Amino acid sequence: MKQTKRLVILGAGTAGTMMANKLRKELDRDEWEITIVDQVKTHYYQPGFLFIPFGIYKKEDVIKPKSDFLPIGVNVIFSEIDKIVPDENKVLLTEGSRVLKYDFLIVATGAKTAPEETEGLAGELWYKDIFDFYTIVGAVALADYFKTWKGGKLVINVTEIPYKCPVAPLEFAFLADAFFTNRGMRDKVDITLVTPLSGAFTKPKATKLLSSLLEEKNINIIPDYNIARVDNKEKKIYDYADQEVAFDCLVTVPTNMGDAMVARSGMGDDLNFIPTDKHTLRAENHENIFVIGDAANIPTSKAGSVAHFAGEILTENLMCAIEGRPFTASFDGHANCYIVTGNGMGTLIDFNYDTEPLPGTFPLPGVGPFGLLKVTRMNHYGKMIFRWMYWHILLKGKEMPISSQMSMAGKKL
Amino acid sequence: MSQKEYAGVSIAVNDEGYMTESSQWTEDVAKAIAAEEKLELTEKHFAMLKYIRDRVAKGESLTIRGIGKSGIVDIKEFYQLFPGAPLKKATKIAGVPKPSSCI
Repeated sequence: MKQTKRLVILGAGTAGTMMANKLRKELDRDEWEITIVDQVKTHYYQPGFLFIPFGIYKKEDVIKPKSDFLPIGVNVIFSEIDKIVPDENKVLLTEGSRVLKYDFLIVATGAKTAPEETEGLAGELWYKDIFDFYTIVGAVALADYFKTWKGGKLVINVTEIPYKCPVAPLEFAFLADAFFTNRGMRDKVDITLVTPLSGAFTKPKATKLLSSLLEEKNINIIPDYNIARVDNKEKKIYDYADQEVAFDCLVTVPTNMGDAMVARSGMGDDLNFIPTDKHTLRAENHENIFVIGDAANIPTSKAGSVAHFAGEILTENLMCAIEGRPFTASFDGHANCYIVTGNGMGTLIDFNYDTEPLPGTFPLPGVGPFGLLKVTRMNHYGKMIFRWMYWHILLKGKEMPISSQMSMAGKKL
Repeated sequence: MSQKEYAGVSIAVNDEGYMTESSQWTEDVAKAIAAEEKLELTEKHFAMLKYIRDRVAKGESLTIRGIGKSGIVDIKEFYQLFPGAPLKKATKIAGVPKPSSCI
C-alpha cells in the first residue's frame, strides 16, 4: 500500500475554499489527505461590503458559514496559524501547538487592512468620523453613520498600493453620489477621491472613461497623493510634502498587508506578500509551496476574479509538480471586474499582465454580451448576479463560463 | 521613441522623457535631466539614484514604502529631494522606467 501524502491549504477564503474543492476532485482519496486551516469560521462575501454603507446589502447578505462550502473528504481545522517552517515541510498551529506535515503546501491567507500603519488613522476619530469599508465592522459602522449624517466634506483616501479590488474606491464614490442625490442632499456633500495613483485608474483607456464619470458626477480627484498622517483634532490628512486635505468624514482604504503569519515564517516582502512566480504561481524560494490569491506578490489586481482564474492554472501546475513533469500552465494575470457606477448602471473591465482594459464587448455564453468600458444596465445586473455565482459556482470550484486566459474576442484596439 | 541630447550624448527616451536604455546613464546625464526638472543634484540625490538603479536592476519593484526603508532617506526627506511626484521624478533622473502601479 502506498504511503498517504499530504496537501495542506492555509486559508479558507475565496482562493483556499476554491482550491480545496478543485483538488479534492483531482487527487485520489486513498493517496492524498487534504487539510485546510483557517482561524475564522465565517465566510465573508467581500465584494458585498461596498454596498453595506448605502443600505443596499445588510450584514446577513454577505456572510455564510465556511463549512458550508468545504467538500467532504477534506480535514478542516479552525485555528490560528503560527508559522510555516518551509525547510522542514511543516506548519505550526497556535491551537494546541499542533504540527501539520505536508508534501505540498498552498498558501491562500489573503490580505487584510492595517490602519495602524498610518499615523493617526486608527486614532480617536476611528469609527466616529473615519471609517473603512473593507471590514464588516467598518462597513456596518459607516452605514449607521450615513443614516444621520448632515453632509460636509466626504474624503475617500487610498493609502497605499496594492490594495484589494482596485475599482472599489471609485465605486464607493459613484454610489455615494447616487445615495446623497437620492436623499436630496447632494448639494451638501462634497466628494473627493484622494489617491496615490496618477489618475482614476492605472491604465490609459480605463482612466479616460472613469475620469469622465467622476467629472460628470461632480466628484473631485486629487492624484499622486501619498498620505503620511491624520490630524484627528483638525480633521485633516497630510501627505509627505505637508499638502493638507480637510475632511468631515474620511473613508479610508488602509494599507493592505499579507497575513502576519507570513512575516513570522520569514517568507514575505515589505508588506508580507509572498514572492511568487507570476506565471507558474509557485513560491519563488520553495519548490513545494504554491501561492494563490491576495497572499501572492504577483503584479495583478488583488481580487476574487484573479484568484478564480489563477485557480485553474494552479490546479494544473500542482498536478505537474506532483507527477514530476515540467509546468504546463502559465498564468496571464487575467482580471475581470464589474464596476457599479450608481443608479442601477455599471461598466466592465477585462485585462491581464500585458493587455490594458479595452473597450468593446465581452461575450458570455447564455447571458452576455456585456459592454466593456461602457456604462450599461446589463453590467449592473452582472455585478449583482455575481453574488449568486460566487456562492454557488465559484467557491465550489465548478466551471464558470469564462476562460482563465484572457481572450481578445470582442475587444477593440 | 526618440533621441534627446543630454550632456553631449544622444540618449534614447520614450514619449514621457524616460530613458529606454538604462546603460546609457551616467552621472552627467543625470545632472542634465535634473536640470530640466530644476534640480541640482547633491551626494544624497546620487545615493538615492544608485539605490533606485540597483533595485530596478534586480527586478524589484519600487514603492514609497520601500524608499522609506532604504536606509538612505526617510519618505519625508525623499519628498524634499525630489519635490512634487518624487518617485516619478527620481526614476526619470535615475534613467529607469517610470514605476508602473500594478493594482
